Amino acid sequence: MTKMNRISALFSKAKEPILNVYTTAGYPHFEDTMTVLTALQEGGVDIIEIGMPYSDPVADGETIQQSNQASLDQGMSVAHLFTQLKDLRQTITVPVLLMGYINPVLQYGVEAFCAKCAAIGIDGLILPDLPMAEYEREYKAIFEAHGLFNIFLITPQTTDERIRHIDSVSKGFIYMVSSASTTGAKTGISSDQETYFERIASMNLQNPRLIGFGISDHSSFMKASKNASGAIIGSAFVKLIGQATDLRAEIVDFVQSIKGKK
Amino acid sequence: MSFQVDEQGYYGNFGGAFIPEMLYPNVEELRSRYLDIIADPVFQAEYDALLKDFVGRPTPLFKAERLSAKYNTKIYLKREDLCHTGAHKVNNTVGQILVAKRLGKNKIVAETGAGQHGVATATVCALMGMECIVYMGAIDIERQAPNVARMRMLGAQVVAAKSGSQTLKDATNEAMRHWINHPVDTHYIIGSVVGPHPYPDMVARFQSIISAEIRTQLQEKEGRDYPDYVIACVGGGSNAAGAFYHFLDEPRTALIAAEAAGKGVNSGHSAATTFLGKSGVLHGSKSLLMQTEDGQVIEPYSISAGLDYPGIGPMHAHLFESGRGKFYGITDEEALVAAVECSQLEGIIPALETAHALAVFEKLQAKPNEIVVVNLSGRGDKDLATYQNRLKLND
Repeated sequence: MTKMNRISALFSKAKEPILNVYTTAGYPHFEDTMTVLTALQEGGVDIIEIGMPYSDPVADGETIQQSNQASLDQGMSVAHLFTQLKDLRQTITVPVLLMGYINPVLQYGVEAFCAKCAAIGIDGLILPDLPMAEYEREYKAIFEAHGLFNIFLITPQTTDERIRHIDSVSKGFIYMVSSASTTGAKTGISSDQETYFERIASMNLQNPRLIGFGISDHSSFMKASKNASGAIIGSAFVKLIGQATDLRAEIVDFVQSIKGKK
Repeated sequence: MSFQVDEQGYYGNFGGAFIPEMLYPNVEELRSRYLDIIADPVFQAEYDALLKDFVGRPTPLFKAERLSAKYNTKIYLKREDLCHTGAHKVNNTVGQILVAKRLGKNKIVAETGAGQHGVATATVCALMGMECIVYMGAIDIERQAPNVARMRMLGAQVVAAKSGSQTLKDATNEAMRHWINHPVDTHYIIGSVVGPHPYPDMVARFQSIISAEIRTQLQEKEGRDYPDYVIACVGGGSNAAGAFYHFLDEPRTALIAAEAAGKGVNSGHSAATTFLGKSGVLHGSKSLLMQTEDGQVIEPYSISAGLDYPGIGPMHAHLFESGRGKFYGITDEEALVAAVECSQLEGIIPALETAHALAVFEKLQAKPNEIVVVNLSGRGDKDLATYQNRLKLND
């Protein structure tokens, strides 16, 4: 193996809970993508997940849907996003994931898409509507040839047997959806959810886990991190940047407050 | 070549189950159980009894003498418009609500465009005492007010889908999101042969009663159990799937699909997916899809709300790609002309969707001794406002 994937490197050395923040590309304004990424890093984020906007994001709630549409309305596309990210690694050192739906990737061409990701310095992909069986059959070899980790989701309804299988094909981390819901539908962590977190923690999976959906502040972030390596924030962040008047300052402040550094 | 779904849920290059992990347990439960549930004799008896006594099956196969004379061939109309609720949609909702019961679900969610599937779903939910939520695009709620009222009268909750273009595509997104948020007690009744495997196959099976009856009825009337042509309109394609089903492997029967070309296939206002779409993934399956170069789904256009869908069922995409099916693009104007013709020659006012299938006679040039069956998928009452407006019936 030549160079360790940035995600693996992060998890192997992290001592504090890992914060992964999702942001929609080209939001709130078309040219804001790199500004948002830079501010996230400045605030101390550990992983950045960039959402590639899609017209029909079925796993997402209202906040992320609207940010996707607003970005598309300003002309965002996969090709434009790659252009905006061409110098990514001149400033951004944290691991970066692209999150999106499978259709725009198919239209770009899976091979070409992965090659472009590798050239830019993307570390992994989250494609919620790409099922595991399809991934193993048609995509795994291409992703791996370009050093891209495919991040799988598990939910409270996923059976132990399937979790074991997902663990065996995963690299980097497993994305643990905190409840049966779309993004941004619920906030806070209930005791039922904590029981679920503990159940998964006791399975001793080979991959670390990040918990997402319903994480919006320092308290829910810390609660989730008790039974996982960290957590993911999406809708709460997208809501913030949609209303921000001083984008950079408010992002830095948000990240620091989530991590309890303020 | 097989035209049935394979083990992986594919029809040739199309199909599959492209769903987020949140839906996997539900879809997998359905996939692993639907064939056994449907094959159970107790289920079959219950389904058949409801189709007979509640829906009013078998529907007649009517020899359309004056249309036959006009086009110099033998035209039969399969009268799905005479089904309870006024269209074929109820064949599927009766089947799926019985499946839902056996899966232990007590709540139903559905999407609807023109409202026909929503009404058919609300109807069976009332019959079975199940809670019913129907997502409908905010724009469709406005333009299909009578069907909204019918659903509410039947006790269903109609929820406006306010995302995206606020039509059928978005109502489907919202219904899927609702299912993600309520995975345990709710079954999603998809109204067409779309969605993740096993939906396209399951819906096709429930609609296949249409072609099963056509075979029996043609045998009685013509002494042979297959036609030379079966014609049906295709949006997602459920009535076409049902009308084609038992003829898929009958080489003597040509399968003819009528798509909505709107203001013309190349006008920029069309829903003719096989002409304008390319392979893509929407609502859980890979099929032909109208989309931008970037893979964003394009909002289609048709005068008919039931054909106003940017995709097509994977079975139909395979029929198209393999050449087994022949597809025609029918414009709004051609459909309106055909609707008037069927009304005035046969005394049957067809749904606007169905009118697209009726417009194919003009292009087909069938021979005098050939048998043409067209699936008269629905009645036109719901479209009266459009007919009044476009045909100036009140002047």
